[in-house]
Amino acid sequence: MKLTLKIWRQARGAAQGKLVDYKIDNVSEDMSFLEMLDQLNEELTAAGEEPVAFDSDCREGICGTCGVVINGTAHGRGNSPVPTTTCQLHMRSFHDGDTITIEPWKAKAFPVLKDLVVDRTALDRVIQAGGFISVNTGAAPDAHSLLAPKLQSDRAFDNATCIGCGACVAACPNASAMLFTSAKVTHLLNLPQGQPERFLRVKNMVGQHDAEGFGNCTNIGECSAVCPKGIQLESISTLNRDLVWSLFRKDGFTVA
Amino acid sequence: MFYDTVKGGDYRARETNVYRLASVSGNIIDQCVAQGVPFAREYGGLLDTRSFGGVQVQRTFYARGQTGQQLLIGAYQALERQVAAGTVQMFARHEMLELIVKNGVARGIVARDMVTGEVTPYTADAVVLATGGYGNVFFLSTNAMGCNVTAGWRAHRKGAYFGNPCYTQIHPTCIPVHGDNQSKLTLMSESLRNDGRIWVPKKAEDCSKDPRQIPEEDRDYYLERIYPSFGNLVPRDIASRQAKNMCDEGRGVGPVIKEVDADGQEHEVRRGVYLDFSDAISRLGKAGVEAKYGNLFDMYKQITAEDPYEVPMRIYPAVHYTMGGVWVDYDLETTIPGLFVAGEANFSDHGANRLGASALMQGLADGYFVLPNTINDYLADHHDGKLPDNDPAVVEAVNATKAQIDRLLSIKGSRTVDSFHKELGHIMWEYCGMARSEEGLKKAVGMIRELKKEFWRDVNVTGVAEDLNQTLERAGRLVDFFELGELMCIDALHRRESCGGHFRVEYQTEEGEAMRHDDEFAYVAAWEYAGEGGKPILHKEPLVYKAIELKQRSYK
Repeated sequence: MKLTLKIWRQARGAAQGKLVDYKIDNVSEDMSFLEMLDQLNEELTAAGEEPVAFDSDCREGICGTCGVVINGTAHGRGNSPVPTTTCQLHMRSFHDGDTITIEPWKAKAFPVLKDLVVDRTALDRVIQAGGFISVNTGAAPDAHSLLAPKLQSDRAFDNATCIGCGACVAACPNASAMLFTSAKVTHLLNLPQGQPERFLRVKNMVGQHDAEGFGNCTNIGECSAVCPKGIQLESISTLNRDLVWSLFRKDGFTVA
Repeated sequence: MFYDTVKGGDYRARETNVYRLASVSGNIIDQCVAQGVPFAREYGGLLDTRSFGGVQVQRTFYARGQTGQQLLIGAYQALERQVAAGTVQMFARHEMLELIVKNGVARGIVARDMVTGEVTPYTADAVVLATGGYGNVFFLSTNAMGCNVTAGWRAHRKGAYFGNPCYTQIHPTCIPVHGDNQSKLTLMSESLRNDGRIWVPKKAEDCSKDPRQIPEEDRDYYLERIYPSFGNLVPRDIASRQAKNMCDEGRGVGPVIKEVDADGQEHEVRRGVYLDFSDAISRLGKAGVEAKYGNLFDMYKQITAEDPYEVPMRIYPAVHYTMGGVWVDYDLETTIPGLFVAGEANFSDHGANRLGASALMQGLADGYFVLPNTINDYLADHHDGKLPDNDPAVVEAVNATKAQIDRLLSIKGSRTVDSFHKELGHIMWEYCGMARSEEGLKKAVGMIRELKKEFWRDVNVTGVAEDLNQTLERAGRLVDFFELGELMCIDALHRRESCGGHFRVEYQTEEGEAMRHDDEFAYVAAWEYAGEGGKPILHKEPLVYKAIELKQRSYK
């Protein structure tokens, strides 16, 4: 198929960028979206132009490295029925003659490094604020000494699948990272190991989230609609409930 | 597990390392659970286990179809805790391009900031590389796009021996190649082999039919037929080789592709076998299968546009893991004192073939339980402080790094980096892939040398050094893949036996199984770099088995 691409080009360090038009031909429908961009880059290189910079790594939808806004939707949807990462979007979701607009994640907390590549280390710092269980290597007790009820463990798992890609931020009109933060909080609060630091964790992580310049959640739900891992809006409610409790409860003094 | 791993590695692993790995494996699960990794649970709250390729008991802890990812997230969270505590400083988007060696001892690295392009030396008392495997030498593999051999290879060029480079694992359950523009192959978790049954049509004329129209009696469940006791759960190398054999016999399925064989003959072949869940669906119900493998089925459907609940999956082997790597001793120290290598980047624990779940186990064992002990022993005698940036060893390393970057950027030829990489990958897959022969390997060495020359003459690396320049990153990695690819072929050529993932067509039993030659080759091949264009020097580390008796592997 033949396509017209409008791609965001922004030089490193530049305050502004712009959409540039490219034509591409001979795109097969079995190709992934990123393979289509690879092909464009090969053609640009052959023509002596600098290729478009974009991030990707596993190309299996599990590492969270890739992600661009395609026709206004984070990771793009095409006609695929379920949300996916950009790397798992295939060209059979598009039609011959389509015009596709490709932009980077747009959020204050995600500065553009170049073209479609953004800096997402803000999410790392949210984790650093408390998205872990404090246990040193070598000091772990026998795994079976703590029983974890299956259903609750499954709930933890559903949230642990978050890959930190940042699509929730890109989709949110407030550029909020609440879905990400709540997934991490909900993952750990549903495990017995996560209880001792439960309330301090949520307080600190939300504090860091705000300090990074992410907006707040106003229950719009765009985040959950694009989440490639299907994290539910319910996780944000769970976070909010624990956040409120954290104002009145100290870890270890009450049982939730 | 100790025995399974030694046997699975086809008796080419270092016995003491495997013993240690098995001993600490329980601690790994304890550690990960404590960190909050949500392993699968039974209703009683205890951890659940399942079975995996190459073993006959259920002893693998798991987290749905993404155990590796969950372990990684657990380790990532633990790491971020240390970052917050100030004990670890992270340098995201940095790439190691050179090792700093002074008086024969590793004293730091040179890294390039992949955003600004700045080249900076970082000096230290010791260096640890945990830089992963080199499967991307084949261009198409299940490895992530960023995987490369550069850190390990630059260390090798500075004097670290490289162990068993030819041992490559080809994973049997991957989605087949769809076209020339493909950038990577997708692995379907090996756990699928627990419930899926692998088959091809008995008759070649059935290969183009809809699989649902092929009656049971015309299907050949070849793994169950050849290996009745392990069936679909034979180790990866065996499952892969048999899939290739079936397709070579003309009984593969999927689209017809044209291939050119070693003597230039073009022929048509189908590269795929069925992985069928219809039995599992009738036994467990669709919901039961969905609960176990739902995410994998969705992924398959997303990529192929076929519904595996209705039509059997098509799979074909793909490069997945490299057992070879930088040679290390029992302490994970290389032949350069002060340089340690962990995880897939070293060669140590898997012999000629790795069993399922063992990569995670080894990476975590090395990082959590081995290095923290062995490196302390080294540091006790080596704490000389940082080398100054103007030390000749540092200056030399920085200048060499910058010189290579400048050289790559100055060629301005006509071919793209990826076009060279694809060509190299094709040579490697054809001659140093699942079946290797003396003739093919010799040819490959020549082809790689020619290609490398052409690269240095005609590659076009766009952009400038002081920028986020992904073409330059890839070009630098490809330089090392050329040299590694040549060494892999040389290693495969010298090992005149078949073992695990290394299959030489000249050395097989009458039934087509790998035939080892323990009298001649029961050693680790550790190669020493002999300068640009020099002939690599072979060092042999004999493999001594005290607890386990060497014998022919059998999964029948």
